[in-house]
Amino acid sequence: MTSAPTGTSADASTGTAAAPRATSGARRTGPWAAVGAVALLASVVLAVAVGPADLAPGDVWRSVATHLGLGDALGLAPLDRLPDAMVWQLRLPRVLTAAAVGAGLAVCGVVMQSLTRNPLADPYLLGLSSGASLGAAAVLVLGATVLLPVAAFVGATAALVATLGLAAASGRGRGIAPARTVLAGLAVGQLAAAATSFVIFWSAKGDQYREILSWLMGSVAGATWTSVAVAGGAVLVLGTALACTGSLLDAFTFGDTAAATLGVPVARVRWVLLVGVALLTGALVAQSGSIGFVGLILPHAVRLLVGARHRALLPLSALAGGTFLVWADTLARTVFEPRELPVGIVTAAIGAPVFAALLWRGRARA
Amino acid sequence: MPATTAGDRPATTASPAGAPTGLAAERVAWGVDGRLVLDGVDVTAPPGAVTGLLGPNGAGKSTLLRIVAGVQRPDGGRVLLAGGDDDGADLLAMPRRRRARTLALVEQDAGTDLPVTVLDAVLLGRTPHRSWLAGDSADDREVARGALARAGAAHLADREVTTLSGGERQRVHLARALAQQPRVLLLDEPTNHLDVAAQLATLRLVRSLADDGVTVLAALHDLTLAAGTCDHVVLLAPGRDGAGGRVVAAGPVEDVLVPAVIDPVYGVRTTVLRHPRTGRPVLAFD
Ligand SMILES: Nc1ncnc2c1ncn2[C@@H]1O[C@H](COP(=O)(O)OP(=O)(O)O)[C@@H](O)[C@H]1O
Ligand SMILES: [Mg+2]
Repeated sequence: MTSAPTGTSADASTGTAAAPRATSGARRTGPWAAVGAVALLASVVLAVAVGPADLAPGDVWRSVATHLGLGDALGLAPLDRLPDAMVWQLRLPRVLTAAAVGAGLAVCGVVMQSLTRNPLADPYLLGLSSGASLGAAAVLVLGATVLLPVAAFVGATAALVATLGLAAASGRGRGIAPARTVLAGLAVGQLAAAATSFVIFWSAKGDQYREILSWLMGSVAGATWTSVAVAGGAVLVLGTALACTGSLLDAFTFGDTAAATLGVPVARVRWVLLVGVALLTGALVAQSGSIGFVGLILPHAVRLLVGARHRALLPLSALAGGTFLVWADTLARTVFEPRELPVGIVTAAIGAPVFAALLWRGRARA
Repeated sequence: MPATTAGDRPATTASPAGAPTGLAAERVAWGVDGRLVLDGVDVTAPPGAVTGLLGPNGAGKSTLLRIVAGVQRPDGGRVLLAGGDDDGADLLAMPRRRRARTLALVEQDAGTDLPVTVLDAVLLGRTPHRSWLAGDSADDREVARGALARAGAAHLADREVTTLSGGERQRVHLARALAQQPRVLLLDEPTNHLDVAAQLATLRLVRSLADDGVTVLAALHDLTLAAGTCDHVVLLAPGRDGAGGRVVAAGPVEDVLVPAVIDPVYGVRTTVLRHPRTGRPVLAFD
């Protein structure tokens, strides 16, 4: 629908009327950041309250305040044992894990999209999730469930190394091109997926099918405070570090050569950031299984609001991703109550149509 | 550190500080797959002049520009600044960010699929002038707007780069390079895919930049355009029979763009005419 007025004449008639979404406003970032932070915080509180057993948002505050030792200071009475356990032991860890995973995946998505210069890239695009799934399926059929996070992490990292190695080898010293990286990721992902199917087909028995399937589709249902610590810690450390790389990522807008001429040590930055993404994705996937579309859709939505500059895009995508996954998970546990859906089905159900719409829009502009 | 000391240069101009700085690439060699692409190439770009880098397709023009820009490591040779405050400074040994404040490259075709606005794209040129953690300062915006105006693209500031025509995009890339406030500007076929008017507009801009003291080294493949614009030209010939590409002639336009030099390199017969108004050489081939 963007009928680009591509007159080649140099007439200085102001082209602003035809400008789609003027987005060069750093001014608009501040308010959006405030909106995003409030939305995430409110979502966490509301989502904990939603569900069977009538909890009010105020109850959530009371429980949290009590456990943080602030109950007396704020003059809040503690909750009863049962609702308190519901908030503190079950729902809060789950919701916080969802928030951390969503935020982290969105940041990873932004970084991947920038480094591969592919707006449709996703942390999972480079075979990361397939690698993680292979690791997870392998330990699940072996019955070594305690090793699952480690195996998922190792699988994700191995897949990334394989993908980048393949892309670099096929690039013959010209660096890593976006298209080749994506194709290499597809190849590695398909291979890992085939291997996962083989593992399941060959050796899974009984309940292992359900376990593996639920992991493959992604879920934060079993989240504990350990999950919160791992996912939240990874997001706070790696996610924050990645979110500070805005102007580095901006420099890649027109490709590796352009980045190099702007003074960016291209190869080093690419490797450090990709390893950062792999570590963060691995840590998140290990807690939640592979949840698709968050890293793909949320950065897109945020770009529509604030433009493509990464200094704003990274933190706002994190806030939006966290909020999104909190609500996706809330849907996953409430729509078919008392049965639960894996949250990956919900994100796919929302994400796939949005993704299709984005492709459609891209087709219309191209 | 942004080297914009007071009185040195106003932040809004694209013109460099101090005396213009020339460029000297010495014995540059680069090969790939056991084939020498550049075989000891010497290129000098005198300060404040437009130097044309000419040669048939595949002669190694882009490769040489990428090496000079520090994007690609040569297998041998050096690239030095010549003249000006930093006479003799080794460009390839220089810290990257300092090099990016000294020299800018406009690639042959750099595109993006991301929805960046023109002003944001030009602001990227300010990257080497500020800390990695800093955002755009008011100064940066002023320089970027100045660069856009200089490139004749001020009216495009709020457009998205993906919606621009080839000529408009070329101007944006030029503006991005100008926002780096470089003393040396490398251009890779800046007139490619442009219509005649846009070609002339681009070359006029290049001329005026050189007149302001920017040293320009531009790969061009249209010999007549080069003859009309450049002060000096360097003619590269692609390697043959195991030998690498080398410089066959360098110097003022009138000395290099003559049939005796051009014909063997391009395998054509050249006639040099005179432009009736400018008096510049016009080349015809058969
Ligand atoms: N990374 C590379 N791998 C293989 N061949 C290359 C590479 N870079 C350049 N070449 C070759 O080097 C030669 C010079 O290329 P280039 O510098 O692009 O020439 P020009 O810009 O003069 O047309 C060509 O034959 C090209 O195929
Ligand atoms: Mg070329």
